[in-house]
This record gives sequence, structure tokens and C-alpha cells, in this order.
Amino acid sequence: MTSDTTKDEKKEFDWFDRPKSRRFLWKLLWGACIVTVLLEIPLILAHKRHSHFEKHGEAAIHGDAEHAADAVNATAHHVPTFDGWWFFYPLLGFVGCALMILAAKGLGFVLKKTEDYYGDDEETTLPEDIDESLR
Amino acid sequence: MNPFADFHPALILLIGALLVPLFRGNWRSAWVIVLPIAAFLSILAMPSPAEGKQLVSWTLKAFPWLDGEMSFLRIDRLSKAFGYIFTLNAAAAFVFAFYVKKSTQHMAALIYIGSGLGAVFAGDLITLYVFWEIMAVSSTFIILARNTERAKGAAYRYVMIHLFGGLLFLAGLVLTIQSTGSIAFNGFDFLTAQSPGTWLILLGVLVNAAAPPLSAWLSDAYPEASVTGGLILSAYTTKTAVYVLLRGFAGWEPLIWIGCIMAVYGIIYALLENDMRRILAYSIINQVGFMVCAAGIGTHDAISGATAHAFCHIIYKSLLWMSAGAVLYRVGKSKCTELGGLYKTMPWTLVFGTIGALAISAVPLTSGFTSKTIILHAAEHEGLFWPWLVLEVASAGVFLHAGIKFPYFVFFNVDRGLRPKEAPKSMLFAMGFLAFLCIALGVFPQPLYDILPYAVDYNAWTVPHVITQMQLLMLSALVFFLFLKMLKRTPTISLDTDWLYRKGGPLFERAVDRSLNGFNVIAGKFFVGGIADGARRFFNDGPSRILATIMVPWWRITGTSGDELMEKTQDLYKQGRRGAFRIGVTACLAVLLLALLMLFSAKVRME
Repeated sequence: MTSDTTKDEKKEFDWFDRPKSRRFLWKLLWGACIVTVLLEIPLILAHKRHSHFEKHGEAAIHGDAEHAADAVNATAHHVPTFDGWWFFYPLLGFVGCALMILAAKGLGFVLKKTEDYYGDDEETTLPEDIDESLR
Repeated sequence: MNPFADFHPALILLIGALLVPLFRGNWRSAWVIVLPIAAFLSILAMPSPAEGKQLVSWTLKAFPWLDGEMSFLRIDRLSKAFGYIFTLNAAAAFVFAFYVKKSTQHMAALIYIGSGLGAVFAGDLITLYVFWEIMAVSSTFIILARNTERAKGAAYRYVMIHLFGGLLFLAGLVLTIQSTGSIAFNGFDFLTAQSPGTWLILLGVLVNAAAPPLSAWLSDAYPEASVTGGLILSAYTTKTAVYVLLRGFAGWEPLIWIGCIMAVYGIIYALLENDMRRILAYSIINQVGFMVCAAGIGTHDAISGATAHAFCHIIYKSLLWMSAGAVLYRVGKSKCTELGGLYKTMPWTLVFGTIGALAISAVPLTSGFTSKTIILHAAEHEGLFWPWLVLEVASAGVFLHAGIKFPYFVFFNVDRGLRPKEAPKSMLFAMGFLAFLCIALGVFPQPLYDILPYAVDYNAWTVPHVITQMQLLMLSALVFFLFLKMLKRTPTISLDTDWLYRKGGPLFERAVDRSLNGFNVIAGKFFVGGIADGARRFFNDGPSRILATIMVPWWRITGTSGDELMEKTQDLYKQGRRGAFRIGVTACLAVLLLALLMLFSAKVRME
């Protein structure tokens, strides 16, 4: 019986817990980031990288008839076009997420409270809708 | 002739709900799966009006003095699209819920979903309002179905907020009908139809759409619902509100910014949360933010984009709630600080949950990539740079909180020695079905694009779009793991606007208690203790006092003094209080009084 259980433990799939796998996953993550960022270079070379808002921003300059109405709007609102900058999206992802995490962390000092804050922290009875073996 | 052309799909669910108690055991579980499938087929069999056209039936001239008739079945492309997803999701949810045998929860869920369909197919404001309120009440019973103290508290707060929202809606409805004389529910024009009435309706709808600061009910109540209750609730209330916004308030510019706030607010709170179902609840607010923003943009592309996003969102959000539900069902815990390492024994739940997590993050090859991006495209087309930027940042943030945080803390992170069994087969089947849809709609979105309210000329699958999207997401993932220490879960809750009524309510009560009751005590001391008591003493002892003023000098004259005099006087007061003077004394007083009266009356007569 004891030998059986040790066998089961050995068989258990724990690949993600191994330090080696974790190092591999870190490398994979960095690799994926570098590859996706570098993929922008062929885009730039192929002139496929431009702002989605340039027709609003530049129509006014070029006197584009099709976007004349938009252009009036654009000049009135000064539609920025810096989404066309090289490496805009990776920068946006990194900075945006970092700022949100920092904001959450900062707000956490004010907003986080212990679980019994509202005086209803723990259930004394387990709810009925969970697996019978737990009840 | 198509026999289903004129059949109301909501009736299938509403009547079917009443028959649930007639079935037992597995037959009951099977019955509740058959109903939404039948409703789905009946919607499929409906005629398909062309873009911008609608077919109205089941009409009733209930209010002859008002313009327009009540119409229970308005078929157009928008209502059909929502009808499809409402019924499809319900079928999957009931497959997941195969283990639930309690009829009350099934009945509440069927009435809730049925009234959701009723609201979506409603052709006028009054019908819409009626189904709107049935939804609020029936969903409360779904929360109560968990039968815990916390669920009861949350359900109470939930229904109070929704009744408040419903009253706003009703007040707006009355004002609007009063001013326009019509009960018609079509688009209110932002430039011409603004009035206190339409604004109140909008506010009522925004309560259900969970727009901050009216949003705390969602993250308060949904995570307290039962395992299947949470996933059923996640789909309908907010999406019915989105439907009403798309039909009624397209192009209302404030919605653009309300949507942006929702998208960011959802992320920040989801990052703060510890409970996995609460993380998912906040991510609903984040996702609905995209749709509310699209309603505010209001162009054909934006309306279609929001419809597509609602469609896909319901699927992957249900999938996420299912995987969280399966974990809760097997482990009985839902806090990230108590979960972890579940990939070892619940691999399928992990795989399906991760597909949902990738879909909500709009990773290419998933449905989020082909639906959410239509909204961003619509914002680009309108030159709305800043809202677009906020939504892009929010898209990256979705990957943080729902795409990675949820699976990471539940299935990986620290092994806490939990070795639950894999989810039951019915749950895996439902999750597998939705996961399949997430990928199918991501790879081949055309069938979805074909049912949208307006034709979409949009292709998400361009090389630059795929690359920039992957850049955005991969760098977000990198930030998550680099900042992991800052994201470490703590066994805490986060204060939301429900603080106002959960803490503020009791605080208000205490403040009112202190001030008003304090005033009461002071007033009591003054009037009851002071004036009234004084008067009482005066009137009680009055006769004795009069007697004493007469008698004490008399007794002194007759030679009584010292203790004897004191005793006699006190005796007099005692008799006065008891009202028990000796007959002679009483008679004397009576004669005295009569004499006084006669004297006065004689005086009056003389004058």
C-alpha cells in the first residue's frame, strides 16, 4: 500500500514546479517578447506601420476630399497620431500595465481591509452546492 | 408557412420553468437543457429582417390614449443576435449544472433568462420595463440559492440596488411617455431627445450595466451566488443593459467616457482582489466598459462591434466562471491565498479555463481578437484617439488580471497540497463546448459577422494587427511576471462603493441614533422630567399645600409645635397624594371651591 502511494506521487505531473522548467518558461517569455518586438522591423521596412488616425490628422494637410469632414473634426480636436511611432505597442503594453499595477498597489494601501471588515468573514457551514465529498 | 415565425422564445423558458418541479433527478436536469435549445431553435427559425428593418408581433393596444402598442416580439437583427447568445449560453450553463437537482434554482434561472429574452425582444418601453423588473427579482433568488448567510446579505443588497435602478427607470419611463405621448422604444437621439426622462432611463440602465459608482452590487453579489448561479448571472443582467444602450442610447457621447472608466476601474479592482470569482466579477465590468464605450460611439461599426463583443464575451466569460465554478465545486475554496497548484489534478479545467482567459485577452486565434477589435476599429474610424488609447491599455490590462492572474494563482503559483478530482464530466463537456466556440469564432468569425445588426467590413487578421496585438500582450505578460512580488495575494477584501451602504448605512444609523435619540433624551428630561413632573407635583400636592397654608398657622396657634407639627403636615401631604382626605376636609374643600365658582359666575353675570 505504501509503495503504491509513493509510486502515485512519483507519477504525479509536476513539471511546472521544477526550478528547471521555471527557468525555461522565463526564457520562453523573454524570447517571445523579443521576437514579437523584433517582428516590427519587417513591418517598418514594408511600410506597413502607420498611425490608425493619420487620415484624421493629415487629411487637413493634404486636402483629402474624401476625409474633408473628418479633417475639419481633426483640426478642431487635434487628433494625435503617435500610435504610428515605431515600437508603440510594446511600449504601451509595458508602461500601461506597469502603471496600472502601481496604481493598484497604491490604492491597495487605502482600499484593502481585512476579511472581517464587514463582519461577515467566514461561513460556519459549507454551502450546499459543492462536491459531496467535501461536506 | 413557418410555424415558428411568430413564436415567442421567452415563453418556452418561462412556461418550461413552471414545469420543472414535475420532473425528478436526471430528467429534471435534462429538461432544463432541452428548454434553451428549443428556444435557440425557435429564434433560428424566425424570419430574418433586412438591416434596419423590424417585424413586430404579439401586440396589444393596452393604453389607447398613448401612441404605439405594447409589442412583446420585435424581431430585428439586433434582438436576434442577443437572442441567439442568450439561449446558446443558457444551454451550456445548464449542461454544466447537470449536478444541480434543486428545482428552485433551476426555476429562478429559467425565469431570469426567459425574462432576459423578453426584454431583448420587447418592442416598447413598458414591456421592456416589466421584463427588466422580473429579471431583477428572479436573479435575487439565484443568489439566495447558495443558502449561506453571506449570500443572504449580498442578495438583500443586490435587490435593493436593483429596485433603486428599476425606480429610476420607471420614473424616466413615466416622464418620457408623458412628454412624447408614446411608449415606443427606438433610439433616443442624443441631440434632440435629451430630457430628464431619457436621462433617468439611462441612469437606470447604467445601474444594471454596472457603471461605477453604481457597480458595487455586481462584485458584491455574483461571487456569493452558487457555483452555477454565478455563471448564469454573469451573462444576462449586464448584457441586457448593453442591449438597451445599443438600441436606445447609441451615440450618447458621455457613454464613451463612462465606458473607458469602467474598463480601467475593472482592471484596477481585479488586480486588488483575492477571491477568484470576485476577480472575474470585476473583469465583467471591464469588458462591459468596452461595449458601453461602443454604444457611446454609436456608429454602425461600433454597434456591430459591441454586439459581436457581447456575443463572444458571454461565451468566454461563462467559460471562465465555469472553470472557477469547477474549482469551487471540487475544492470548496475561492481565494487565491488558499488555492494553487491545481494543474496537477484538474488539467482539463485548466486547459478550458485558459482558453477562456486567452479569449478575454483577445489573443489572436480566439474570439476576443475578432470581436473586441471591431470596437477599437470603430474608435479609430471616428478619430477618437484618447478613448482608443484607454481601451488599448485596458486590453493589455485584461491580459494581466483575467488572462494571467486568474489561471496563475488558481492553477499554478504555490502548491498548497490540494489534490481535488478533475471536474465532473458534465462540467467538462460544457466547458469544452464553450472553449471550442472561443477558438472557432477566433479562427472563422464570419458566421458571427453575418448575424450582426449592420454588415461589418472588417478583417482582424492582418499581419500588422496580429503583430502589434501580440506585442501589446506579450509585454503585458512580461510586466506581470516582473511585478509578481507586487501582485502577491493577501487575504484581504477591497473597499468599493458598496462601502457607502454597507458601512455608511450603519454609520448613518449610528449618527442618527446619537443625534436624534440624544435630542430625544434631552427633550425627555426637560419636558417629561422637568415641566411635566413639576406640574404633576404641583397638582398632586396643590390641595394639601392650600390646606397646609391654612392649617399650619392654625395648629401653631392651637399650640402644636415641633415634631408633632411636622408629623401633622406630612400626614396632610400623604392624604393629598392618596386623594384620601377625611370626609370633613374634602367637604370643606368642595364648599370652598363652589363658593369661589359662584363668586366668579356672579361677577361675570353682573358685568
